[in-house]
Amino acid sequence: MLKLATLAAVSGLALFAASTSSAETVLIENAHIYSEGSAGDLARGAILVRDGKIAAIGPEVKAPPGVKRLDVGGRIVTPGLIVTGAGVGLDEIEQVSPTQDSGVEAGPLSAGLDLQYGLNPDSTVIPILRLTGATSAVAEPTLARTKAETHPQLFLGQAAGVSLGGQADMLIKSKIAMGLVGGEQGAALAGGSRAAFLVELKAQLDEARAYAKARKGFSDSQALGLTRADLEALIPVVEGREPLYVAVHRAADIRQMLKFAQDEHLKLILAGAEEGWRVAHEIAAANVPVVIDGDEDLPSSFEALGSTLENAARLQAAGVKVSLHGPGLLTGGKTIRLAAGRAVAYGLPWGEALAAITINPARAFGLAGEVGSLEVGKSADIVVWDGDPLDTQGAPYVVLIKGERQALTSRQTALRDRYLKPDNGLPPQYRQ
Amino acid sequence: MVRLGLVGAMALCLGGCAVTVNGQVDATGATPTVGARGSDAPSTAQAAKALPIGLDPWANPDPFPSTYRPMPSVPTAIVGARLLTGTGEEIDDATLVMREGKIVSVLAHGAAPPDTVVIHADGKWVTPGIIDPHSHLGVYASPGVQAMSDGNEAVSPNTAYVWAEHSVWPQDPGFNRALAGGVTTLQILPGSANLFGGRSVVVKNAPSTTTQAMKFPGAPYGLKMACGENPKSVYGHKDGPQTLMGNVAGYRKAWIEAADYVRKWDDYHAKIAKGEKADPPIRNLTLDTLGGVLKGQILVQNHCYRADEMGEMLDIAREFGYHISAFHHASEAYKIAPLLAKEGVCIDTWSQWWGFKMESFDGIEENAAMVDAAGGCAIVHSDDAHLIQHLNVEAGLAMAAGNRVGLKITPARAIRWITANPAKSLGVLDKVGTLEPGKMADLVIWSADPFSVYAKAEKVYLDGALAYDRNDPKFQPKSDFELGQPNGRVPGNGPQTPGAAH
Repeated sequence: MLKLATLAAVSGLALFAASTSSAETVLIENAHIYSEGSAGDLARGAILVRDGKIAAIGPEVKAPPGVKRLDVGGRIVTPGLIVTGAGVGLDEIEQVSPTQDSGVEAGPLSAGLDLQYGLNPDSTVIPILRLTGATSAVAEPTLARTKAETHPQLFLGQAAGVSLGGQADMLIKSKIAMGLVGGEQGAALAGGSRAAFLVELKAQLDEARAYAKARKGFSDSQALGLTRADLEALIPVVEGREPLYVAVHRAADIRQMLKFAQDEHLKLILAGAEEGWRVAHEIAAANVPVVIDGDEDLPSSFEALGSTLENAARLQAAGVKVSLHGPGLLTGGKTIRLAAGRAVAYGLPWGEALAAITINPARAFGLAGEVGSLEVGKSADIVVWDGDPLDTQGAPYVVLIKGERQALTSRQTALRDRYLKPDNGLPPQYRQ
Repeated sequence: MVRLGLVGAMALCLGGCAVTVNGQVDATGATPTVGARGSDAPSTAQAAKALPIGLDPWANPDPFPSTYRPMPSVPTAIVGARLLTGTGEEIDDATLVMREGKIVSVLAHGAAPPDTVVIHADGKWVTPGIIDPHSHLGVYASPGVQAMSDGNEAVSPNTAYVWAEHSVWPQDPGFNRALAGGVTTLQILPGSANLFGGRSVVVKNAPSTTTQAMKFPGAPYGLKMACGENPKSVYGHKDGPQTLMGNVAGYRKAWIEAADYVRKWDDYHAKIAKGEKADPPIRNLTLDTLGGVLKGQILVQNHCYRADEMGEMLDIAREFGYHISAFHHASEAYKIAPLLAKEGVCIDTWSQWWGFKMESFDGIEENAAMVDAAGGCAIVHSDDAHLIQHLNVEAGLAMAAGNRVGLKITPARAIRWITANPAKSLGVLDKVGTLEPGKMADLVIWSADPFSVYAKAEKVYLDGALAYDRNDPKFQPKSDFELGQPNGRVPGNGPQTPGAAH
């Protein structure tokens, strides 16, 4: 086995690539590990992968006889990154409507929309995200699809946790959060005033509570625009089991939402939260996680006047668990590691920045039993990096998802390679 | 700077349109003929009567002249930094001296002249000021409310008659954010709703109260053109274009009219010059701008994603005798990189953006590097108020992508994608874009390797004047809009929670 390990190290892991399958047992050794779990940071450690799970992790790991060894030469090893902020597996091309399933613009459903049914494991976006070190994602309902004119519904639907390993069944867990837009957009959906938004929201939640008590004979509540499917979907929310994932921006709206959640006994995740730093201690006291766009520093609207690149650092310093993504939808998903790096430039400790794209989103969305850290029993979603994972010149060297080695290729690299090939006298379409 | 402004005005008039008499620009061409045929009283009176300058497109090509003045500066030497000069060189432990707004010397291990203020920059990096050739700052300002949406005159497929500068709001807080990202020059373009969106304006990123005070002295204008999906989606349900073939017909129709317009004015000026009687054509603001392109005075800035469409635009340019300065976005430039290099057309693109619309579905991270490797003029641009603050990082990602496939792009080369190459595409490479003696002293001192996400612009100089200093609030301009409201800085806007830390 020693010989095999040496060969692998020399040949750029080609042997390993050729023969790894999900069933295989592998020892990743000579790794600089940031586990984001109880093993902490290990300047030199090893991880044993068996049956697609992490079987052991530590400075020294006893390898069973015959195990395949992967000496990563001291490279940084982290948990696979978790993408938030986009309709991963749901949306392909933003402006090509038939390829978009992360939300509805019309029709009767709001809260009842269940994104697990729109997932497409063949999405070309997934391999592109894998090339950035992402191994799972929160498939989110996207705010961009909400239109007050055609679909004035407050709830956006239920997010799903998804694995990016290309399996036919990519679902990790469904109904992990209920999307909701607050602030200016929420006010618009409620008829034009924030003063209407929370009142309408409370009425809808009360309706769900009433429905939970007397399902039989309960008709679709036309007055509130909720179908039975919507009411059913809201039950875990009003019971505090499924978090309400609400986009609010200005300090006052965050405060209102924190108080509302407390009064209504709701579990909350804040999105956007550009002025979150101004109420950081209240967010921390309420133990509410936030998911923010790490690039937002412009007064893009009157509800985001206090935007700053230091938002993540200031929130974290106050004790808030922060998750980071980049700007835009799928491009924002592709740039989460740089959003984390930027947060470091603006004061967030490096380890906290890595947590903001691994364990923090896993915990916020109830996926931490499966993903988000390198801990025994969790899915073997592991990235070996060339360079600094959070900086421009860093890139994944090896990506394992559920213990399975991923090809570091995508539709983008296929296009690239076709046009990098020398002219052989035939049109590029004849090049593979 | 007054002189520079005048030079700029004349530079715009290179097509033989103006006659200079005693230093005065008299583009009507009428002055020399006055009195030449004094006996022919009635017609002479008519011929000699100069057309009001507002009625002759070539009489005053600069009706909104730059009033830019550099801020006060002192002779300064930056000592000890690693320089990426923008000319392809990397100089370690350099001494760069600037005086009266200009770079006067760039030397390795040089001594600072005794009369200079010395900035010790050991361990830091210095680059030319970043130049973004594709911005909508000011025309799509923050806050992004409907009342500030001034970037697309989406009323007709040809609105070459509008000028972006008339929509620019100099108080857009985005300008100062971009300055903190090291951006010293930018081209502000109209949007891409139309085949011909209007004139762009090149500005120095100088905090100003009027737009004229930002205008880059002597920079030529650009004409924004747009290929592809946007025009046909905006006009497809109106009077067209509805298809790509409709787009192309629209460009050609407009150039035919513009050529006719130029010919009529040339005839008119020729007749007046000979003292003959002539009726002036009616001035047309749309055709002024298109005619300016045909005369080589206005640079074409062409939004175009797909390789096939870029190929068609090159043929249209040949058909009507103009040059395309740059294709913007150009997601598929890598498919025709040798052609673009041969035609001398720059490409302005991204590294990370792709797939947000059908025509960007084939975008790849290596686009800029592959164009560069083919000998072309590669540029990393923003088109975005956030990305403009991090063009160094976007270029760093593009460089990394290129290097992963063996293209061997050095930092000294990649810095050109956000400095010298955009300067070239905007027609201002003789003034900015590199750290060379004689150029405007627009430069950035970075805390670290500028291609790292951790690097921050510490000091930004505009014409030798300190315009931004990350460590000195006195040199952190704040727009009027940001006064008296919450903003991202502490103290003053700190936590609302009583008794909270900070």
